[in-house]
Amino acid sequence: MNGSIRGQNLLTLNDLSREALVEVLDTAESFVEVNRRTIKKVPALKGRVVASLFFEESTRTRLSFETAAKRLSADVLSLAVASSSVKKGESLRDTIATIDALGIDAVVMRHQSSGAAMQVSRYVPQVRVINAGDGLHQHPTQGLLDAFTVRQVLSERAGTSGVETGAELFDGLKVLIVGDIRHSRVARSDIAAYSALGCQVRVAAPGTLLPSDIENWPVQVVNDYDEALEWADVVALLRLQRERGSGSFVPSLGEFTQTFGLTLARAKRLRPTTLIMHPGPMNRGVEIDSRVADLPSAVVERQVANGVPIRMAVLYLTVAGTNEGVS
Amino acid sequence: MSSFLLRAGLVVGPQTSRVADVLVIDGKVADVGTDLSAPPGCHVVDARECWVGPGFVDLHTHLREPGREEAETIESGALAGAVGGYTALMAMPNTEPTLDNVALVSYVLDRGARTPLDIAVAGAITVGRRGENLAPLAEMAELGVRLFSDDGMGVQDPSLMRRALTYARPLGVRLAQHCEDELLAAGGSMNEGAVSSRLGLVGRPALAEELMVQRDIELVALTGGALHFMHLSTARSLELVAQARLRGLPVTFEVAPHHLTLDETSCEQFDPIFKVHPPLRPRADVDALREALRAGTIDAVATDHAPHAPELKDLPFDEAPAGMLGLEYAAALTFEALGDAPNPQLFFSVLSREPARIAQLRHDDVRVRHGAHGGCVSEGEDANLVVFDPLMSWTARNEDLHSHAVNSPYDGRTMTGRVRATLAKGALVVNDGSLV
Repeated sequence: MNGSIRGQNLLTLNDLSREALVEVLDTAESFVEVNRRTIKKVPALKGRVVASLFFEESTRTRLSFETAAKRLSADVLSLAVASSSVKKGESLRDTIATIDALGIDAVVMRHQSSGAAMQVSRYVPQVRVINAGDGLHQHPTQGLLDAFTVRQVLSERAGTSGVETGAELFDGLKVLIVGDIRHSRVARSDIAAYSALGCQVRVAAPGTLLPSDIENWPVQVVNDYDEALEWADVVALLRLQRERGSGSFVPSLGEFTQTFGLTLARAKRLRPTTLIMHPGPMNRGVEIDSRVADLPSAVVERQVANGVPIRMAVLYLTVAGTNEGVS
Repeated sequence: MSSFLLRAGLVVGPQTSRVADVLVIDGKVADVGTDLSAPPGCHVVDARECWVGPGFVDLHTHLREPGREEAETIESGALAGAVGGYTALMAMPNTEPTLDNVALVSYVLDRGARTPLDIAVAGAITVGRRGENLAPLAEMAELGVRLFSDDGMGVQDPSLMRRALTYARPLGVRLAQHCEDELLAAGGSMNEGAVSSRLGLVGRPALAEELMVQRDIELVALTGGALHFMHLSTARSLELVAQARLRGLPVTFEVAPHHLTLDETSCEQFDPIFKVHPPLRPRADVDALREALRAGTIDAVATDHAPHAPELKDLPFDEAPAGMLGLEYAAALTFEALGDAPNPQLFFSVLSREPARIAQLRHDDVRVRHGAHGGCVSEGEDANLVVFDPLMSWTARNEDLHSHAVNSPYDGRTMTGRVRATLAKGALVVNDGSLV
């Protein structure tokens, strides 16, 4: 299959074709079933070693990846790498060489610097590198699980399965992404995935939270946020990246909430079927009102749950290099 | 008595060139003519099909000593420079500690005097390059310092820059500015644009450079102080300087070989080897710089040779230090950027004659410790000469570098044009492309 991630690194969703994306979603579909079993484990990666290397704090992504690896029967080396170890002078090359020396097949890596996963992939060409979020650049598995969640919910509503649906329901699907696009690796991966799958993507944000070259992106910037909410089939909110200094890009959190937060009043404009998504962790009361986050059309917990089968699929395809014999 | 005969090269003068022999005796050009006879014991260098001209003068070399000797020393930098055809280097003051006083400048001058090249020193404009207080410019000028810079960063405070220009003017020295407004470029690690946006790297906008160029042009107009713009990298910066010249302002500028040969897409693989300040720009800027080079409107090509220890270039892109090696490939890269019909006068103008004028290292300048550079290759001149083979094709290899550091982005690149011989301070330092 053209552009498949099988046997490859997964560093970005930018170069992936629709077929390659659907392959991951279909593979994940089969792992959903595994996760419903009493014994939630398949021997697919038995004897393989997956290192999880998080230079940046993360709860859900790390847990999700490690759970995924264990359910595939891989051995997991979990290394607590303080982000300061690099600051103390250890280079990325030395850090990864140390871990590689223990004998690993794959490394799942999160880093606060854009491109760190790609750099590491050059140092250990024989190891599969899976980017679990690098700076402002990409968060590929989040983009995949978001698309997977959309397909899962919409195909359930249609009384069919995701695999049978393929990618058709993405054709012309109206996706509105709201918030800190500029500093968001999730936005970059989501936009790559949704546009490759055939969705119409619009973005809504204060001018300062849009990338300066937004006209080059495969999206439309909305002028009227309220109107866009009525238009959307999917509203994907982003976390306001206060830790990346985006606080100074808006006058105040209050003003951001007033203008671009999904408040209860604004949520009334959504059709009842419109999906509300958020990659988490949510700033309740900032980008999303607490009551909106708990609406039935908010699928935040489903996104979290789907993290495991998506990451099983990614590990399986990249490490085992095949999609045969999943069951 | 040592003597050298450069046989039958194209001797490139400021205006014209002719095939001739160049005889060097005891560190001076003794004769230029056809069919000169070699005195007994004379070393003959075959210069047929080569260009013979004044040795190159680099206005912008980071020699890293004192403080970062693992990346470069004055000695290793001088040897790399010699292989690159340079006979004089301008050592930048952003060492550790900063070259901001006579003791440290003397140290570098003394160490430099022991190398095969002439090592001139640029003193810092402000104490510790902190941009707060003026360094003792007059005391350093007494030692022979003719160029001052806080390079690595520009002088951000316009009021201090104004004062520096006013103070420097009667000293007969020139200030050299790294133009980037650090507030506008804050946190940036590559050019701001479509590529940085896709890569999720914070950008350094072209405007950060251009605003400071504009500001400094007005400060020059106000003060009358002479200013040299370092490593200009955008089409707009060049336009601004061209306009300033029309006003008759005493401004000069250099471009760096990497800005003539690489664009921002080089950063797409997140390899910090391509990280440099000012950053690699879009193709349109590269093309504009090359066009200006061919049109003869660029004063100097200067390397911004910036060695960094390998482990620092293994850091993530945003954390790695900026800068790349330049001395050994600058001539070939300039030759490449000059295009299909490279003009040898222009080649020596940007690599030797104009930089020597800006550095005040020419025959008629008041020099304290250095020989004369950037001359006409005529009888009686100091023998700082280079033999450049414009036909030779070769491959750049990191393992062949003479710098301690290896942070060159050109590993594996095919180059055309190579330095065959360098004569510096009257000695043959490089022959057949290798150190003697």
